[in-house]
Amino acid sequence: MDITIDGRTVFANTGGRDIDPEQPVAIFVHGAGGDHSVWGLQTRYIAHHGAGVLALDLPGHGRSPGPAIDSIAGLADFLIQVIEATGLKKLVLVGHSMGALAALEAAARLGDRLHGLALCGVAGAMPVHPMLLEAAAENPAKAARMMASWGHGGAAHIGGNPAHGISAVLTAIRLTERTKPEVLHADLAACDAYKGALEAAEKVACPTAFILGAQDKMTPPKKAQPLIDAIAGAEATVLAMSGHMMMAEAPHDVREALLHWLKRFGAGKRAA
Amino acid sequence: MAKPPFLKFDTRTLHAGQQPDPTTGARAVPIYQTTSYMFDDVDHAAALFNLEKPGHIYSRISNPTVSVLEERMASLEEGVGAIATASGHAAVFLAIATLMGQGGHIVASRALYGGSINLFLHTLPRFGITATLVDPRKPEEFEAAIRPETRLVFSELIGNPNLDILDIEAVADVAHRNGLPLMIDGTFNTPYLCRAFEHGADLIMHSLTKWCGGHGIVMGGALIDAGTFDWWAEPEKWPTLTEPYDAYHGIVFAEEYGPAGFIMRARAEGMRDFGAVLSAQSAFYLLQGLETLPLRMDRHVANARKVADFLAGHEAVEWVNYPGLESHPDHAMAEKYLPKGPGSILAFGVKGGRDAGAAFIQSVEVFSHLANVGDAKSLVLHPASTTHQQMTKAELEAAGIGDDLIRVSVGLEDIDDLLADLDQALKRALKATAAPKAAE
Repeated sequence: MDITIDGRTVFANTGGRDIDPEQPVAIFVHGAGGDHSVWGLQTRYIAHHGAGVLALDLPGHGRSPGPAIDSIAGLADFLIQVIEATGLKKLVLVGHSMGALAALEAAARLGDRLHGLALCGVAGAMPVHPMLLEAAAENPAKAARMMASWGHGGAAHIGGNPAHGISAVLTAIRLTERTKPEVLHADLAACDAYKGALEAAEKVACPTAFILGAQDKMTPPKKAQPLIDAIAGAEATVLAMSGHMMMAEAPHDVREALLHWLKRFGAGKRAA
Repeated sequence: MAKPPFLKFDTRTLHAGQQPDPTTGARAVPIYQTTSYMFDDVDHAAALFNLEKPGHIYSRISNPTVSVLEERMASLEEGVGAIATASGHAAVFLAIATLMGQGGHIVASRALYGGSINLFLHTLPRFGITATLVDPRKPEEFEAAIRPETRLVFSELIGNPNLDILDIEAVADVAHRNGLPLMIDGTFNTPYLCRAFEHGADLIMHSLTKWCGGHGIVMGGALIDAGTFDWWAEPEKWPTLTEPYDAYHGIVFAEEYGPAGFIMRARAEGMRDFGAVLSAQSAFYLLQGLETLPLRMDRHVANARKVADFLAGHEAVEWVNYPGLESHPDHAMAEKYLPKGPGSILAFGVKGGRDAGAAFIQSVEVFSHLANVGDAKSLVLHPASTTHQQMTKAELEAAGIGDDLIRVSVGLEDIDDLLADLDQALKRALKATAAPKAAE
């Protein structure tokens, strides 16, 4: 579906079902160089199990026109605009990597207007190596391979994907390659520049879940611990066999962890 | 940092797509000889049937052994995904049926496997899909043949049987500026000698029966999706990917699966409905073949080069056609796209024409006379009387196939034995054609 914000179209995948405003609705926010499809192994199931799904293409990504938003604060503003544009009330935010930082920053501003927050592959800081930043601007194909190399745990590089016949690593590379250089660079620069994660975490006032990968070299679980500690009652799930790209590396585990968390908001039962 | 540490090609031929069996610890890929798979509960079953979560339902659609082969082929070609099929021909049909329906049109090289030409010119028209065949050495002919209803550009990299080498990058440019995907039949090159996705192809199919399997024991094919084609650039041309599909509650494949939209549709619809499934046992054999692909291809190519040189200097040989020879018109193209060697197929004509060719075929002892290529054993064939017999003389000439053409698939035997066998068979061919003259 398309959402209109200030005259600009934002695309959101709904997981194959229309939104029911009486149900909790999860807004899924992808990471750098991604789009809504990174959540495909979770969102279709969740949408058919009692929660609405709005898996966004952030501006400049997927089917949403640019320009890209070049700061985490700007992305948080954008998420709040999306929430206001939809008029939905029972909302939770689910973010991965850059999307998790944006969701965290938005949650800090929304206070108790937000029902829940789930952060996947997140850390208190996400510094980006200068060589990756340079590659993003000048050679997206090279940047895509760098990100896929670091982003996936060892098992994913060999394969044995639960999504049979699909290469998780190559799918990630192709998706990143589709991102315009200026957009990918803006994403990574936004991650690199953001220093407000701990401060934002201290303001979060809604139930929060962390889903982390034990083999994550980009945002290792120990780097997320200060955020977990800062949010009262936060729950953390660490996936033993996953790196940073957990939605593709451990699709069943991520889906089950999200659904388990969404049950507290009334989701979980198969839709008729 | 500059070179991300991905596993190398040779390592992936052994490992890609497989984790050791979690239940038994089996290191080899187990043969899951089962038609169907237990559901955890009703919700699990419903979710699988509605594509809400990945998992096996029925082996016509997916099977754990076959899945290892599929992911290995995707890894070797560097595509987002693959589907293994009962044969290479099934992979071609699967791609076409996924991309287009009645009224669709294909622009293809005219130097194709005879079975592909039959499919394009004689079978698909009954279903409302037509094709125009063009000279593979002229990218401008591909462009000129494109119509509003064209949905695919198709070619072999190494043409069959005349060994034309396609300028993939030029033809990919033609396809892409006309909003079309380029599909390459990579059977003759295998992913070891050339990975067409690196040169702009969007889809690749293989007859795994040939070099990938490599031992002449099993049929199989593969369709691999690069994940590079933008189906949303002209969504109206690709309704199977960009419009809701009622059979799965309105799913839009290119939306739901992003770069993997095509290959997911091909499996969800094509494997469910057309049934050209590969058996687990066959997948196991093909995986054994892939494990030694780099070693075998090096030997295939080395032997082929020596055979080509030998034939080129033999008194009984009229001409030799091998892209590794400088005399081949596409030699430079072969060096560009196939730096490890242009495969192990070559063609030649025996002095004395059709009768001499037949005498040669009858005389070989180590080489086997049969209709296959890519076996570990060396093979010979006379296409005009076998694989291409359905073609008219004009079609044969257009494809560059003369009556005297002998196709050779060079195997892995000791090169001395191969050259000795060729030598004795050629000498017999000379004698056979010389005998009537002596009688006069």
